[in-house]
Amino acid sequence: MKEYKIIFAFLLIVSMAACNNGAEKTTPADNTAATTSTPAGGQEAVQDNDSEKDVVKVAVGSKNHTTLVAALKAADLVTSLSNAGPFTVFAPTNAAFDKLPAGTVEGLLKPEKKEDLQNILQYHVTLSALKAESFTDGQVLGMVNGDNVTISIKDGKVMLNNSATIIATIPASNGIIYVIDAVLLPPAKK
Amino acid sequence: MKKIKISIAGVALVSMVLLVQSCKPKNAGSAVNTDAASKAYVAPGKYDEFYNFVSGGFSGQLSVYGLPSGRLLKVVPVFSVDPEKGYGYSEETKPMLTTSNGSVPWDDLHHLDMSQTNGEIDGRWIFANANNTPRVARVDLTTFRTAEIIELPNSAGNHSSPFITENTEYVVAGTRFSVPPDNANGDVPINSYKKNFKGSISFISVDKGSGKMDIAFQLRCPGVDFDLSHAGKGKSHGWFFFSCYNTEQANTLLEVNASQRDKDFIMAVNWQKAEEYLKAGKGKKETVRYAHNIYDEKTHTATSEIRTQVTVLDIKELKDICYFIPCPKSPHGCDVDPTGEFIVGSGKLAALIPVFSFDKIQKAIAAKDFIGDYDGVPVIKYESALYGEVKKPGLGPLHTEFDGRGNAITTMFVSSEIVRWNIKDLKIIDRQPTFYSPGHLCIPGGDTKKPNGKYVIVYNKITKDRYLPTGPELAQSAQLFDITGDKMQLILDFPTIGEPHYAQAVEASVIKNNSVKFFKIEENANAYVSKGEGTAKVIRTGNKIDVYMTAIRSHLTPDNIEGVRVGDEVYFHVTNLEQDWDVPHGFAIKGALNGELLIMPGETQTLKWVPQKAGMFPFYCTDFCSALHQEMQGYIRISTAGSNVPLLFSTGKNLPPADSTSTAK
Repeated sequence: MKEYKIIFAFLLIVSMAACNNGAEKTTPADNTAATTSTPAGGQEAVQDNDSEKDVVKVAVGSKNHTTLVAALKAADLVTSLSNAGPFTVFAPTNAAFDKLPAGTVEGLLKPEKKEDLQNILQYHVTLSALKAESFTDGQVLGMVNGDNVTISIKDGKVMLNNSATIIATIPASNGIIYVIDAVLLPPAKK
Repeated sequence: MKKIKISIAGVALVSMVLLVQSCKPKNAGSAVNTDAASKAYVAPGKYDEFYNFVSGGFSGQLSVYGLPSGRLLKVVPVFSVDPEKGYGYSEETKPMLTTSNGSVPWDDLHHLDMSQTNGEIDGRWIFANANNTPRVARVDLTTFRTAEIIELPNSAGNHSSPFITENTEYVVAGTRFSVPPDNANGDVPINSYKKNFKGSISFISVDKGSGKMDIAFQLRCPGVDFDLSHAGKGKSHGWFFFSCYNTEQANTLLEVNASQRDKDFIMAVNWQKAEEYLKAGKGKKETVRYAHNIYDEKTHTATSEIRTQVTVLDIKELKDICYFIPCPKSPHGCDVDPTGEFIVGSGKLAALIPVFSFDKIQKAIAAKDFIGDYDGVPVIKYESALYGEVKKPGLGPLHTEFDGRGNAITTMFVSSEIVRWNIKDLKIIDRQPTFYSPGHLCIPGGDTKKPNGKYVIVYNKITKDRYLPTGPELAQSAQLFDITGDKMQLILDFPTIGEPHYAQAVEASVIKNNSVKFFKIEENANAYVSKGEGTAKVIRTGNKIDVYMTAIRSHLTPDNIEGVRVGDEVYFHVTNLEQDWDVPHGFAIKGALNGELLIMPGETQTLKWVPQKAGMFPFYCTDFCSALHQEMQGYIRISTAGSNVPLLFSTGKNLPPADSTSTAK
């Protein structure tokens, strides 16, 4: 009996800790124009195990995309990507993030780097669900962050900016996910 | 013991889940501050401060709400039949839905714009567009009823409509779908778009006194998709601005093929120049067919006529009417600030919001600062028309309204937020989440010279985090924000009908005192009116039976009718004799295939009924009118074809014979 009490207390502590984290994450009331205050826990949190999964739920369900999911959460982009879309999302794998110089991901996940993180992640999304067969060599895609990605096709392989290769295609309810093997980096600001 | 163990663990788990959920950061519920409800509460005995007219989208109707309460006050039928009003069911209202294609019972209403005088809402009419079978309607704001509908030839997908000029000189209607013009052969390959398809923008004049609409002229434009528009005002009065996409002129998979170019266009139209060409006889008369329907409140009857001519000005041949301004990424909203100097284009795929300057546009035109032409129309250099760009506003900017304090508020569809920014320095002042996927927004007078910056209402697509499930489709929502402070505050969330596209709002005082309370019976000029019970009658003309019926609390006259036969066509012309506010009567008869009637006080409405078989058919009042409403009923006896039962009608006189068990033959 005693051990169950302990478990109960432990669970309570864990849940309260979660609560504190949550409180820390909320944007301060005096948030300025520079910071975005995208809500969390809204439409994307609606319990629905029946419908087709949207791009966020597909990513959350993938073992190979835990870094991407953590980054989307840190950048407050989960609600946006739960939207009706339609989106084309280029989703770098954990291995792709691991290819970045050591410390890059950790650095980007810091709250003060949120805008940079948003910029990079928005560089992986374009509005409209582009079918694989619609890609053409030299095609330029306007990404959500405002920059362009160029597609090249060599030997049947589709590459982005000559640096990332599409290795899998996953249809989702609000778009299409293309799994890629490298992280796309937006062009440096002029 | 085992059971207890499990239940304890269960409690722990449940409590953990509850705690985690309870400390979730902001969601639709917690984002509403505690004083929100009191700000939206309007007590009995008090009226709302604003009317809010909201598009009903695919329902084809418009709805009227009170603000700040969010109370639904009325659904006004415009482009669809409406059983609640009898619209499209009564013989009097059927012609309103006539088009050159025949009767269209259901259309798609997207945008609303209220009539203006000197750039301010004057409260006389509200205009609406039919997106599918292209039409523009004028709703009379004394009766809250559709007064007029005009069809648009040479058009398809009337989306860029019904935006108006600052003295309601014109209502415009721009085509979303370019198509071959009506007098050209449309039986051509679809992929001949670039050669055969044309855009069309109609300028519909509005009579200052009666409000009657007439197509003054149409502009023949390059084949692109015209999306939204707004008139210039103040210094830019005389100009109109239209956003357009698909400048790629794609005819298939626009999702991909119309998103190729970095920039599409905003088209600036000098409509006063077009008027000059029109006066100079430069317009070409084209033979077309379109319906023009008018509801006359004296006869309480609509009439429909088919018109056969329209005057077209070709903007390729007639220089100086139109100019294209490059605008990033498929611009959607096209909004003009209260001064008329700034034109805001919202590219739904763009990562910025461009703001154009009317003065710079004029200078660029004078200096011929063009980068070339598009299908014969000059294209102004982007930088030469640009005032500046709002950087990183959010994801998916769609529509902008103005608060009258030098700021603009823009909806962000993808990132589900509204963003307030200063028009002069283009800096973002505030952003607030809205739940979820907002489209249009509305500030009272927010597209006029004189906005009332007390509230913004944001129209959202997604409500599944808070509206109880109602099957596969959920109601869309309006969210009311108090914008008087530095931070916009969400104070109310209420459901809308159909899909809320554009909306208008105005101080109640502009409209409420002009509202009609009843129609004067002595002025009723309906061909089948009965101005008193003494003139109620039943007339047979061949196999046509006209029942001149009256309704007043709490009986119908006549309420006993005999001598009508199978094979007859019966018309119940019911006049409501009440001369009192808010006392409509209804009329329904068993087995009627066409519906029922609702008759406003002083009005006459007609239901056509073709009896299918001999027998006894009750009729009654359907709109609760008094304590004896349930007694407001009658019978019509239907005899077999060829029967010689005499025509009889009465109220209160058809009493049983002395021997009440005997049966009259």
